[in-house]
Amino acid sequence: MTALLEARDVSKVFGGGLFDKRVTLALDDFSFAIDSAPPRVTAIVGESGSGKTTLARLLLGLITPTSGQVLYDGSDLRSLTRADKRRFLRDVQMIFQDPYEVYNPFYRVDHVLETPIREFKLASSRQAARALIHESLQAVGLRHEETLGRYPHQLSGGQRQRIMVARAVLVRPRLIIADEPVSMVDASLRATILESLRQLNREYGMSIVYITHDLTTAFQISDAIIVLYRGGVAEAGDVDLVVSQPRHPYTQLLIRSVPRPDPDRAWGSAAVREAAADEPNEPIHIEVGGGLLPAEVTARVAAQAHGGHLVRGCSFADRCPFVMPACRTDVPPLFQLDGARVAACLLYSAEGAALRSQQLSEVMSA
Amino acid sequence: MASELLRVDDLRVWYHTRRGAVKAVDGVTFGLLPAERFGLVGESGSGKSTVALALMRLIRPPGNIEGGSVQLDGVSLLELPEEQMRSLRLASIALVAQGAMNSLNPVVRVRQQILDAMRDHGMKLSKQAARAHVLSLLEQVGLHSDVADRFPHELSGGMKQRVCIAIAICLRPKVILADEPTSALDVVVQRQVMDTLLRVQEQLGASLLLVGHDMGLMAQFASRLGVMYAGRLVEVSPVRELFAAPRHPYAKLLIASLPSLEEKGAFRGIPGLPPSLLERPSGCAFHPRCPFAMPRCALDDPRLQEVSPNTWVACHLYDRDQQQVAGTARVAQA
Repeated sequence: MTALLEARDVSKVFGGGLFDKRVTLALDDFSFAIDSAPPRVTAIVGESGSGKTTLARLLLGLITPTSGQVLYDGSDLRSLTRADKRRFLRDVQMIFQDPYEVYNPFYRVDHVLETPIREFKLASSRQAARALIHESLQAVGLRHEETLGRYPHQLSGGQRQRIMVARAVLVRPRLIIADEPVSMVDASLRATILESLRQLNREYGMSIVYITHDLTTAFQISDAIIVLYRGGVAEAGDVDLVVSQPRHPYTQLLIRSVPRPDPDRAWGSAAVREAAADEPNEPIHIEVGGGLLPAEVTARVAAQAHGGHLVRGCSFADRCPFVMPACRTDVPPLFQLDGARVAACLLYSAEGAALRSQQLSEVMSA
Repeated sequence: MASELLRVDDLRVWYHTRRGAVKAVDGVTFGLLPAERFGLVGESGSGKSTVALALMRLIRPPGNIEGGSVQLDGVSLLELPEEQMRSLRLASIALVAQGAMNSLNPVVRVRQQILDAMRDHGMKLSKQAARAHVLSLLEQVGLHSDVADRFPHELSGGMKQRVCIAIAICLRPKVILADEPTSALDVVVQRQVMDTLLRVQEQLGASLLLVGHDMGLMAQFASRLGVMYAGRLVEVSPVRELFAAPRHPYAKLLIASLPSLEEKGAFRGIPGLPPSLLERPSGCAFHPRCPFAMPRCALDDPRLQEVSPNTWVACHLYDRDQQQVAGTARVAQA
């Protein structure tokens, strides 16, 4: 079956200018396929510099991969026909982090709801359009009489973000990519917005890619999770499995670091404290050969020569409490562990079969 | 209480705008015990950061401290001339501000920035002693002495935030205010910075006021919590009691809105929207969203009262046995 949207062996480096030898590796050989049936919620979790936003932008075709491909219904995003491009823009919708920046302050909020109706000819009459708008607002728990006709600044951040969710309901996409949709919203409204996302998945059958730094909300609304660390997959699989029994040392550190809203559940042990040190979670910077070619091109050639990788060893090795000599030299492949879960860690080289990065989706959908 | 180190009484801070006065802090009363960790929580716009700024007397126009009093160790901060207040800042009461790491000067080395802070606040040390003090401060916040010679851009966010903590404690203040000290940091780094802050506070024996919205952080961190809503404290309780048995309906809903990493689906949002501070709802500001609202909630402003030892709540649900007392108090006020 052809996936709705697929990243295949995607790497992205951001390079300096013509003579800049240093590139930043934002995403390293990432593969993942998203199907629209059955509709699933997949969380992509990572801290700053993990490559999660780069991934979102790649999936939307806002930037192009340095190597590898992003495929929509089997065809490369870069070479879509006009008609396919139109279909893509309707099938895949985005919800951004900042509900303040997506609005044009000079238009009433009605505008963001009317535009897709006009653009995709979703309604045959003005009345039908109104009805559609009212219905979609209701689906996210907003009353149209309190929302329509207002300017963005007259609404709260939570309301604005819910209108973006309503917009997604309106267009009926097959996939929604939500990049940190609740990180700028107050706690009391966060649950409501997440619940309406969950509703889109359950009631309207939309697949959702939920990109976040917040493990707790990822755990609450998703079926599967991919934990990214410095541009690569650290651990992925069934969300209950990964959160309740993390296997990758980074995931373990991450989960132990989440402050639980319970005074009787103390923050994890002191051992983690030492392991964590003050290492920045920066993306990996790599020196590639000099010369006249832009670094990005050199990096592309280098990656092809090295089986898709630009790095040596595990990117977590410097912080890892279980580090072994091999971790400094070998890039750990994804090892398949207990069924629906993989971890990119050499600790498990005897326990699980090494997978090619493209096999990640097979494990995740199992 | 006599033993309180910091006493805030009926603090009011308004921002004067063209559309009227925004009552960001509208009658806040609480005390801070010596060496205590007190958490002040609330949503954006609840006034929690304004309280911290007001305690430092750093409110800028159009904001203005309209009234109330702040007593620090017997000194009335709001009545001090600016010059004396200036010498108290850092020496007696220090602030680690939100995004403080961005307040470091990008073109000055860390060592010099710490030295400047000490000198500006009247610390007179020989050159050698000052340099030694900088190194011991860095050590206290868990940074290597190399950091002294680096520029801020050479440090990670967590390291910069530790430098800010080092600056905040350089004159050994009695009270440390930390306003969302880790809001821009990743969780792993956040934990390290919080651990550092706690260790430093313990070493100094200072009281700590942590301002924030992250209930998880508060649960791990504070011994007592004050919950703010629309510019007022609605509940002040020991942290365990607040999480186990919140009294004020807003606190109850807030606790219930917290997602868990152990159990799925056990969280729900608070209905309705945060109030506008320009048009504060009549009576109790929470009544339009409150599932337990009674007719009198729209009329009468509930006062913060002690409903059981050390637990203070501003809600009419808890009036019943104290109605008479509250009534006489109101009459006496009128």
